[in-house]
Amino acid sequence: MSQDQQGHDEHGHEHQQSFISHYIFSTDHKMIGKQFLLLSAIMACFGGFMAYLIRWEVAFPNTPAPFFGLVTPDKFNAIITLHGTIMIFFVGMPFLSAFPSNFLVPLMIGARDMAFPKLNMASFWITFVGAVLLVSSIFVPGGPVAGGWVGYPPLSASSEFTGVKIGAVLWILALACALVSSSLGGMNYLVTAATLRAPGMTFNRIPMTVWFLLASAITFFFSAGPLIAGAFMMLMDNAFGTGFFLPAKGGEPMLWEHLFWFFGHPEVYVLFFPALGFGLDIMATFTRKPVFGYKLILWCTGSAVALSYIVWAHHMFMSGLNPLLATPFSITTILISVPFAIIIFCMFATLRNGAIRLELPFLWIIGFLATFLIGGLTGIFLGSASADIYLHGTYFVVAHFHYTLFPSVFFGGFGAVYYWFPKMYGKKLNEKLGFLHLALTFIFFNGTFWPLFKVGMGGMIRRIADPSFYPQYHQFQGLNAFATVSAICLIATQVIFLWNLVLSLNHGPQAEKNPYQSNTLEWIADSPPPHGNWGPVLPVVTSDPYEYSKPGEAKDWQPQATNLPV
Amino acid sequence: MTVTTMDSNQRALVSAKLAILLFITAEVMFFGGLISSLVVFRSGPDPWLAPGQLRLPLEVTAVNTLVLLVSGVTFHLAYRALKAAQAEKFKKLLTTTAALGILFLAIQGFEWVRLLKFGLTLRASIFGGFFYCLVGTHALHVLGGLIALLWVLRRAWADAYSPEKFLGVEICRIYWFFVAGLWPVIFFLVYL
Repeated sequence: MSQDQQGHDEHGHEHQQSFISHYIFSTDHKMIGKQFLLLSAIMACFGGFMAYLIRWEVAFPNTPAPFFGLVTPDKFNAIITLHGTIMIFFVGMPFLSAFPSNFLVPLMIGARDMAFPKLNMASFWITFVGAVLLVSSIFVPGGPVAGGWVGYPPLSASSEFTGVKIGAVLWILALACALVSSSLGGMNYLVTAATLRAPGMTFNRIPMTVWFLLASAITFFFSAGPLIAGAFMMLMDNAFGTGFFLPAKGGEPMLWEHLFWFFGHPEVYVLFFPALGFGLDIMATFTRKPVFGYKLILWCTGSAVALSYIVWAHHMFMSGLNPLLATPFSITTILISVPFAIIIFCMFATLRNGAIRLELPFLWIIGFLATFLIGGLTGIFLGSASADIYLHGTYFVVAHFHYTLFPSVFFGGFGAVYYWFPKMYGKKLNEKLGFLHLALTFIFFNGTFWPLFKVGMGGMIRRIADPSFYPQYHQFQGLNAFATVSAICLIATQVIFLWNLVLSLNHGPQAEKNPYQSNTLEWIADSPPPHGNWGPVLPVVTSDPYEYSKPGEAKDWQPQATNLPV
Repeated sequence: MTVTTMDSNQRALVSAKLAILLFITAEVMFFGGLISSLVVFRSGPDPWLAPGQLRLPLEVTAVNTLVLLVSGVTFHLAYRALKAAQAEKFKKLLTTTAALGILFLAIQGFEWVRLLKFGLTLRASIFGGFFYCLVGTHALHVLGGLIALLWVLRRAWADAYSPEKFLGVEICRIYWFFVAGLWPVIFFLVYL
């Protein structure tokens, strides 16, 4: 356990590691972070391919999709289910929570590793097993689960409705792996931040990225339990013939919806908080200004975490929920936009009068804000029960959801990757390719999901495989085709990033220790940081993370620790 | 500037305690999910314990509840004996705790087998489902705690713990309090 942490102090960081202990069963937080990054990239290929199949079938129904074949309705259902599960649990969570928490939390608080390195390793391998289980469910008899990523019973609770038995069990087990892994990880990040901060790293000196990653871990931690309970009951229904969620056996399908969304809504903040954290740190660096309202932002985050547990039923306004409950949940939902609005305004205030450097990570964050705002504002429409009852079943929700999660996971996540890449690999990413990647992602993302707002407001129902079957949807064919072409371009654009990665890792220029003159502790470590991060002495923190452009100082930045060479 | 540092023992203790407390909060939320599901069914329109339905072994289980609660007390006394440097008393009390834990599981198992014979199965009704899922999940937690406790006990008899070095005992004690404290709640909701 923590003896490892001390161990680093005594025998230094130069010990030899075999290939297996270095790259595979590594206990080094930086390697585990990179493993999560790689896993999320691989799973994003699956998830992206499925997105392409979904869009193809909606825009060009009953024509075989290139590289796949005909997307029949049963395959369509399975594909939307897997797309959701993969993207949330095996792309979003590893990419936005596990990868940065592992890589950044110890570096930014001045620790040598996590509090429990072995638990950390276990958390990666449990996710890996979950990913393998989920992908393998494609190949089992009966096919993968096809009840939607929300897995509503009774469809998902009994194989007699779907013919899917092994697939459903594998799906639940994969979900369980993801939840267990993230819980172990969250426990680790929280304990690490509580006990292993460098001397002088008081709570007021913790960078925003760390605060938001911790907020994300806490939000996850308290919401996962009920879903694990629900998944356990669902597993019993599927595998052992109980009837918790089956009305025919006296069960209660609505119960699953409550358990699922009690987790499901906090989960979107789990994926949103880290992006806010990256955004604030990146903005401070590239505006050369302190983050506006550091403490205000923390209070708002705290209240958002608390409120996130009492909004879940806004996902269930049209489910048969007691209508009396709709009003309080509408109110809490609209209430939770207040702390987030304050945080976003703090971000804008950080821009004001800044000496802005339009560098790549900063532009990704601006892209994040520009697109996320649309997602946030359309959320207010959906939070109101009366509007939601019309919009909830339509593509409006699809567009809203993707306008919240895509900016967080991809714009926020890529911002972080471009920003911290020099620290991770000691190389710089190619700027021109990076700009191209950003510009095309921005254009094609909006091209994909903006038309869906219109399609949704027009009343087109989501989760139907073949819109040509319904004459009233024929009018949307043009918009749907436009969205699909954009989506294909959006997916193709990501190849630029992969190419940039390969190119820069092999031929990129060597990165300096601190290429952006940033204050936070990770920039004091070597690029990439060695095992144990800091060499023989720990950094001693003497200032706030955002002391930029201090009046009367010669240089416009002040590293958080000055006892180590910068 | 104040620079506070903890020594490595202290840090390990604080880290491990924090970790086990976080773990327990996650567990509380998990059992919270199961228990609130049970409450949803109990407050539904159908009678929870319908006339003619199998009665659960109330008296035996009430005694068994006491057994588990007493084991929590003996664990705490053992911990205090350890801190007061009474090594023999500590070992005896810890052994008693483990024995009570085993007794609890044995009685539970015995009653389960009898109930199965009487026809209360997982599939028989929602009631049966909850009975085995909730009570079974708790029993698994007791079993987990017991395995940890036996490991601690083996180390205790090898004199691995002292008033200054008690990490394993401390973590195990906190977890044991959780499983023992949880049981009366489940007992009230399921059996009464």
